[in-house]
Amino acid sequence: MTDEHVARRHDGTSARVDRRGFLQLGLAGGLSSVVAACGWDGGNAVRPLLLDVSRLNDWVGEKILFSQHRLAPQYDIAERATHLPSYFISPMMPMLRDPAAWRLQVGGLVRQPLTLSIDDLQAMPRTTYTVKHHCVEGWSAIATWHGVALSAVAERCGMLPQARYVRFDSFDSGYSNGWDLASAMHPQTILAYGMNDNPLPASHGAPLRLYSPTKLGYKMTKYLVSVTFTAERPGGYWEDQGYPWFAGV
Amino acid sequence: MTGTPVPKSPPPPPPAARPKPEPVKRHHWIVRLTHWLTFVVLAGMIMSGLQIYTAYARFGERDGPSYVNAFEGHGFPRWSRLGGWLAGGLNWHFALMWPLIAGGVVYLSYLVVSGEWRSLLFRPRDVRGAIEMQKYYLRLRKDHPPQGKHNPLQKLAYTFIILLGVLSVLTGFAIYKPTQFSWLTALFGGFQAARYWHFWAVWIFTGFLIVHVILVFVVDPASLRAMISGWYRGRFPSHD
Repeated sequence: MTDEHVARRHDGTSARVDRRGFLQLGLAGGLSSVVAACGWDGGNAVRPLLLDVSRLNDWVGEKILFSQHRLAPQYDIAERATHLPSYFISPMMPMLRDPAAWRLQVGGLVRQPLTLSIDDLQAMPRTTYTVKHHCVEGWSAIATWHGVALSAVAERCGMLPQARYVRFDSFDSGYSNGWDLASAMHPQTILAYGMNDNPLPASHGAPLRLYSPTKLGYKMTKYLVSVTFTAERPGGYWEDQGYPWFAGV
Repeated sequence: MTGTPVPKSPPPPPPAARPKPEPVKRHHWIVRLTHWLTFVVLAGMIMSGLQIYTAYARFGERDGPSYVNAFEGHGFPRWSRLGGWLAGGLNWHFALMWPLIAGGVVYLSYLVVSGEWRSLLFRPRDVRGAIEMQKYYLRLRKDHPPQGKHNPLQKLAYTFIILLGVLSVLTGFAIYKPTQFSWLTALFGGFQAARYWHFWAVWIFTGFLIVHVILVFVVDPASLRAMISGWYRGRFPSHD
């Protein structure tokens, strides 16, 4: 008798918890529907938290998922897309008034800062690959890229051991990107002066752009003017607005 | 009023108290917690996923053929999206993926450690029972076939949805790091195909959710309370 009685009483208690839990759940559900109804982005309360998690994902992406020795798959030239979309942030396509005067400045934490012309870069060992481009929007397209490995440039300027990051600046309205050193030194990370067997077109960042099949498109700075090795983590145009900083693929 | 005396009959005995169904412990707290966690997190994953989809509303390589997709070229209404813009959607998606995976790992570990997987996993020997159950639902059979905690069709549904969860996570990784996990991406047929299957999972989850909720309310509302409190007091107490 008593056993059963105890069981009933216990059950009665849990039923009350039920109802309360039910109400809470309904409240939470209702609240989230209201919130969702506005196409919510998290607001000022949640956004910083999301960015903290994004930092954590940067760390996981760089330290755990990324390997400097893992190469991106290469494709046949026949698989190339006939049209690769091109983006820049300036109102008009950025073009140099005097392309012959263009130089790439390599500096920061280096023993020997460099000023390199396209001829200087083309005289260095050439890397060519046909790889898939991944845009953060979700599209992908195969293209061939020709350039010089950034690691070769780092070697030539005598990158110092204190360097942890690389900053890339452009003449596209100040567009820039910051990279982790590991990705920058990946053998497929190149300073590209050619695309699909031709000189790099203006729409894709002529005369020189950063390219790597290990990053999303927005990390690959076009219209390059300088490469700077730093100890502090540089931001970037989209990264500073909330896009993932590491953006490795 | 005839005045004829009516023999006084003894008062009828009080109606026998209807036996309350004996409550049975149905769900461990780990199961309840991960169930509701998954519900909330998956809703957020789907909504932020629709935000991400809106940035490029088709599947297939640039200049290549498109995969069959009823939503090609269409965004989703603002109320159904989470994140406000692409970066917001990505940040929500890549934040919620951790509790989603963690919940899945805890739940599956619980199934294995407790041995409860036996009452949930659909195995070849359940095929016969599933057919019998289907016959019962089609009224080709009168009596409800005997069953354990879940009938074979429920086992099939729950096994399927767990596999769909695993598939969503794997296709997600294939899209998240198509270079680092290029073997996985290739397994799903490439980056765009992986995106496509990842998107399909959304609609299968949504369909499952609708049927799941309808069945709960139509067939066995007590099972909702059981998923909250852990105690089941419905009309299928033979389950345990």
